[in-house]
Amino acid sequence: MGRELTSDKVELHEMENDDFSDLELIYHVRDALISVPLGNRDNYDELVGHLHPMQRPTADQVALLVTTLKALSGAVSYIDIVHHEALIYAVSRLSMWNYGTDVMDALLELIISLAASNGKYVDMCLDMLVRNFVPPSYFMKMLKQPCGITRKCEVLSRVHAALKDISDLVPLAPMRLSPIVVQRMPNVFSKEHEIVIFVENMLRLESGAIGEIVGVTMLPALVDRMIELDVEIGWDGNLQDEAKDIFDMELEDVAEPVDDHDNDDMLSKGSLRRKCLQGNLVAEKLDSLMVLTFEHLESCQSSGRLAQVFDVLLTSFQKTVLNAYKSKFTQFVMFYACALDPGECAVKFAMELADMFICKVNPPITRMSAVAYLASYLSRAKFLSAAVVTSILQRLVNWCYEYTMLHDVDMNPLAHQVFYSGCQAIMYMLCFRMRSLMDVPRLKLQLLNMPLEPILKHRLSPLTVCLPTVVEEFLRQAKAARHFTTSESFVFNDVLESDLSRAFGGMDRLDMFFPFDPCLLKKSDGYIHKYFIYWSMVRTTYDSDDVSDEGSGSESENEEAMMMGSYAEKDLDIESVLNRMSITPKNSLKFGNERMPSRIRPSTSPESL
Amino acid sequence: MEGLKVSDANLVVYVHPSKSNKVPQAVLNELSTLLFTFSEIFDGVMLAYDVNFLEKCAKILSGVHPYLGVKLKATFLLFSPKPNMLLEGKVVKITQDSIHAIVLGFSSAIIADKDIREEFTYRNKHGQDRYTSRLHKRHVIKVGSMIRFEVKSFDEEILHVFGSLKPDATGSIHWLDRNLEGVPQSDRSAKKKRENEGELQIVEQNAMVEEPMKKPKKQRIKEES
Repeated sequence: MGRELTSDKVELHEMENDDFSDLELIYHVRDALISVPLGNRDNYDELVGHLHPMQRPTADQVALLVTTLKALSGAVSYIDIVHHEALIYAVSRLSMWNYGTDVMDALLELIISLAASNGKYVDMCLDMLVRNFVPPSYFMKMLKQPCGITRKCEVLSRVHAALKDISDLVPLAPMRLSPIVVQRMPNVFSKEHEIVIFVENMLRLESGAIGEIVGVTMLPALVDRMIELDVEIGWDGNLQDEAKDIFDMELEDVAEPVDDHDNDDMLSKGSLRRKCLQGNLVAEKLDSLMVLTFEHLESCQSSGRLAQVFDVLLTSFQKTVLNAYKSKFTQFVMFYACALDPGECAVKFAMELADMFICKVNPPITRMSAVAYLASYLSRAKFLSAAVVTSILQRLVNWCYEYTMLHDVDMNPLAHQVFYSGCQAIMYMLCFRMRSLMDVPRLKLQLLNMPLEPILKHRLSPLTVCLPTVVEEFLRQAKAARHFTTSESFVFNDVLESDLSRAFGGMDRLDMFFPFDPCLLKKSDGYIHKYFIYWSMVRTTYDSDDVSDEGSGSESENEEAMMMGSYAEKDLDIESVLNRMSITPKNSLKFGNERMPSRIRPSTSPESL
Repeated sequence: MEGLKVSDANLVVYVHPSKSNKVPQAVLNELSTLLFTFSEIFDGVMLAYDVNFLEKCAKILSGVHPYLGVKLKATFLLFSPKPNMLLEGKVVKITQDSIHAIVLGFSSAIIADKDIREEFTYRNKHGQDRYTSRLHKRHVIKVGSMIRFEVKSFDEEILHVFGSLKPDATGSIHWLDRNLEGVPQSDRSAKKKRENEGELQIVEQNAMVEEPMKKPKKQRIKEES
């Protein structure tokens, strides 16, 4: 009897839909909900049935769904979390991506009303919305098509508006949203488009209406995920090759065709080259995320928020990136943020790193890592002025000098790790910047007044402990600049590293850690290269002064001639020249001079340093 | 408004040794984590604190991590609504079913239609949802109004208040304050007078009777805070 009645009611419902007022529908739903604890579930079950997800709903089914949702919105205070579990579950399974805007609006109205009606539902409603950040798997391939793009726009704009509406009604909701978003973040093994679209939403939250509260969690969570991807990228490389290539013309390998013979050698040695990364899914995911972050930073800058966002990133950097064992690319997020604001953020980053190095409270690994970041950053950042570099250099030199005053002892790589890392940082920076500092009289004077000689000639003997490649290059430049000369000859014979450098570097090999070496991720590099100093762009002190015009035609030919010329003057072997300048790795020389000093891409024509 | 109280507490805050060079900051950070959460110990939601360090020395806790126990005296501003208290909040949403308000900018309150007295009816006038009193046309509750309502219950986890507009002393504060203290007759519109003069007079009398009892209580609360 009851059943028949219900079905009659349903027919009546459908036929005379227009005649039922909204209020009557709401009362009907209320009655259905109230009846459940009393044992009468028929109407309730019918309601739940309307919410069942459909693959290709007819217009009638859609209309029924919309009506049901709207009626439920009017009766939220009668929904009970225990008795109406099936209903709540059915609502949570609805994905806005499957329907048109009328269903979306009705569903959101219900979710917002539910969240506002009772504190118990807030987390659940926020979770329902966050689940709509990512479309169902079948929809992913449609994302590139116009209809997919329209749907994406419709869904996401509504979801974010709904989150804002819930925050207006329940002020503590943003606080509860952050952990939900972080928990729902796709892990490193998910598909690329899934992670990318979720991160897009996270960044949208960060810059949105509730960004002030939520943003503090979004960015660090993103950086953490990027680090996780970073460490997943295979780094089974032979570290020896890495040391050799410090002063490489790093990027130019891209211009090479893929089927070079000598690449096999390199690949077999496991050195990390760009070609290695092509097709590496994890690297591509990281690349996409970094590009998203770069674009987000650009939009922050144009809306004037970069300074606050930078502070959040800096804290995250200090907590996660700095101490991550050999983070490869994630740190370029900081680099790019600094590049966008050379006046403030860039200087602040350098100062913070210097402070971390100098602060005695920090553990040695942190200090060594910080100074490695500092050295690499100051060497590679095109946007940093020579004056800033000099002032930071001064701080480092002063610290090292005081250290030598306090520790008048013999060399001991392990005991004075921090000191050696500081010395190496100074030398590395000067390899890149010495010429540009010497070109400015005021800075030249400051540089000449720095107590470099006493530090480097001290009993602690940093010249023997630090990485030989760096020491060699530094000494050559210092000699050419008549900055200082050593009576001893430090001939390393192209020794890549020594036991001593390994000793001070420790297990993490911080002696060979140059975090801002050229980024091997293709898309990210497209953003970074215009702010980046490549070794090939650096004018060293031993370069001939004849070549002053830059940017003419084939940049490389000039440089090549310059290098060849200067070395011919100094009567050095071509092979060793090529070695030292590390245009090509040593092992590929057996194929003759196939690989010429690399062509610099037109887009990377350097301005004078 | 009821529900706010100031409490004094003697506390010991345990600071991790890594923060030993900036202890005051660490203590303040620790206390900040308690803000906007309900504390059973203090029986209320902590809204603000003021700290007074009692001694310059802290006792070191023996154990794996030598935490420093810092003794201090703190004053807390606590929000602890109990049933039957009167709270004030700003209306943010009105539906046929409910009125949503926000108390003190952080706590959301909901008054379901079964808890709204018969006097109020829901209307949608010019696209704006509102509740209007049948007895006093000027007594209107709409989005943006400040209302006074009675507490039914308080969800401590999400800091959600379930309220009621049943008592006569509840409703739009703007109207209540003006009318409960007695507004001169001349201010009322002639139209209203014509409509329900008899009823109005009765209601006014009631208000006047209630008022002498209410004022002392209000004064008491003001003095307390």
